[in-house]
Amino acid sequence: MIRFEGVTKRYADASGADDGAGSLAVDDLTLEAPTGKITVLVGPSGCGKTTTLRMVNRMITPTSGTISIDGKDTASLDVAELRRGIGYVIQHAGLFPHRTVLDNVTTVPRLLGTDKRTARARAMELIERVGLDPAMARRYPAQLSGGQQQRVGVARALAADPPVMLMDEPFSAVDPVVREQLQNEFLRLQSELGKTILFVTHDIDEAVKLGDQVAVLRVGGVLAQLDSPAKLLADPVDDFVAGFVGRDRGYRALSFAAAPELSLTDEPTVRLGARADDVRAVGTPWVLCVDDDREPLGWVRAAAVETEVTRTLLHRGGTVASVSGSLRALLDAALSSPSGRGVVAGDDGRLVGTIRAAEVIPAIEARRDSTTEEATAR
Amino acid sequence: MTFAQIVSWFTDPANWQGTDGVPNRVTEHLLYTALTLLIALVIAVPLGAWVGHSGRMRWLVTGANAARAVPTLGLLFAVSMFVGPLIKSDLAFVIPSIAVLVLLAIPPLLSGTYAGIDSVEPAARDAARGMGMTGWQVLTKVEVPCALPLFLSGLRSATLQVIATATIAASVSLGGLGRYLIDGLASRDYVQMVCGSILVAVLALVADGILALLENRAVSPGISGRSARVARSRARHPDHHSDPIGADRPDPDSRQAALVGSGSTGPVEATATTGTPSERDRT
Repeated sequence: MIRFEGVTKRYADASGADDGAGSLAVDDLTLEAPTGKITVLVGPSGCGKTTTLRMVNRMITPTSGTISIDGKDTASLDVAELRRGIGYVIQHAGLFPHRTVLDNVTTVPRLLGTDKRTARARAMELIERVGLDPAMARRYPAQLSGGQQQRVGVARALAADPPVMLMDEPFSAVDPVVREQLQNEFLRLQSELGKTILFVTHDIDEAVKLGDQVAVLRVGGVLAQLDSPAKLLADPVDDFVAGFVGRDRGYRALSFAAAPELSLTDEPTVRLGARADDVRAVGTPWVLCVDDDREPLGWVRAAAVETEVTRTLLHRGGTVASVSGSLRALLDAALSSPSGRGVVAGDDGRLVGTIRAAEVIPAIEARRDSTTEEATAR
Repeated sequence: MTFAQIVSWFTDPANWQGTDGVPNRVTEHLLYTALTLLIALVIAVPLGAWVGHSGRMRWLVTGANAARAVPTLGLLFAVSMFVGPLIKSDLAFVIPSIAVLVLLAIPPLLSGTYAGIDSVEPAARDAARGMGMTGWQVLTKVEVPCALPLFLSGLRSATLQVIATATIAASVSLGGLGRYLIDGLASRDYVQMVCGSILVAVLALVADGILALLENRAVSPGISGRSARVARSRARHPDHHSDPIGADRPDPDSRQAALVGSGSTGPVEATATTGTPSERDRT
């Protein structure tokens, strides 16, 4: 557990006179990052989120207040020892360009005096664990893509198996596709490792996706709201938080609502290469095309098929929801489908059935009713 | 003057013996060079490292570079005239010569060291501190290895310049390979002058070669760009093992996969293709 108690960071103003009138980066912050959970600090630039993070491993010294890790005041520890016990991941990874991936990962264990062989064996394990090919261990950072570098950064931070991790915008310098993949793997890793993580981002979507709890900070370093992501979207405390969590809150909040068991409609399907007559025989304007494993490929407009169904005829706009997914995915599948029927697949990727938006809405309404009752009961 | 005359000068045993022999002159020349570089290194490296590390007083580097414009020979005479009367020994000539050469060697060393330390990625430095390296460890384990290529190129250019310019020591009656030039000129022995010049050139080339070899050994392939060449050749001949990550890794957490017609545009493989070009961009 990381605990901030009345932590303030004040920078001297330009004149250099520290007369208490300097600019406040963090203002009397009291916050707890519970053990084994991800606490996300989010806010606009200038809200002091990075300052807050960097005060934990004393890269920045607080002006006043105490920060403790598992009850121990960080100010009382030797600074190098403190840092070696905390995993540290930063934007752009900050890998050492002159060291191979393997030697980057062994950095902290080597500083702690672990012998080279043990450190390397553990590093190889971690390299695989973060989803890198073991053959990459011998490469240098310059030979890796941004996403790969960031994975090495995470492996390096985990190398000495620290209970606490500090992550400063680790995924913001990679493109959106890679970012989502890194986020997903990060969540998978965390579900296995259960570290106490303090995570800084300016991206509210990332905060909401990754955080067990999210702390929204406002400019000047004031904690505006600390809540679970679902609560944050459903019930922002003030206009600032509401504005910051942004538009489509109602829709995005559905990400946290597991899809209930809804009755799905069986969908007649065709395969690639199906003849035009067979497609038209289905009798609907849009017909779902699946592959040999019954995994959905796309919708095809019956009227557009001249001889047989080809890949080029497939409509690619629709999303596929998973039976174990969220209400949001379910609704999105229905809304994005050209036929109005959202495609739902099982966990194995095979088609289960379809559902219309009008059938999802009652489930959403029912959920609202139950949460309102809960609120009134409290 | 013919090629034969040059060959016969080099093969004349008389030119390889005594004070005026090649071995002695080369030794003297190397001694001046080594002494000069040593003094210049002691001055320029800590200064350059400090400027690069702190980012303060960058004008020192600019100023030193501007000082390169001062004519070395003129400066040597000026310094000798001022210092000479104050010292009663051979040092009266040695000190001004070395001082002038040191002044020549400082700018490349200073800017090489400064630029080397300055070029260390701030993120790498931050990560090093954040992982619990002490200040000394950050310097020796991260900053110095990363600064090495630029520092060594400064050292190479300083060495070349000092070897070439150390010939001027002879003009104030000291030794070194410059003797062949000055004495040759005085006695109109042009063969001797040419041979002296050849010796200086060979010495400079050999010294540069040795430093290049050292650079090759000391600089990590991760920085020198040798690894970049490896990466490029791999990009041209992609073997299966070097596929970017995630290429064959299904993503169990993405609950909302886009419904696409063909596998070739799936989100997972899109990642694989973004991996490779960015890798290529870097190299």
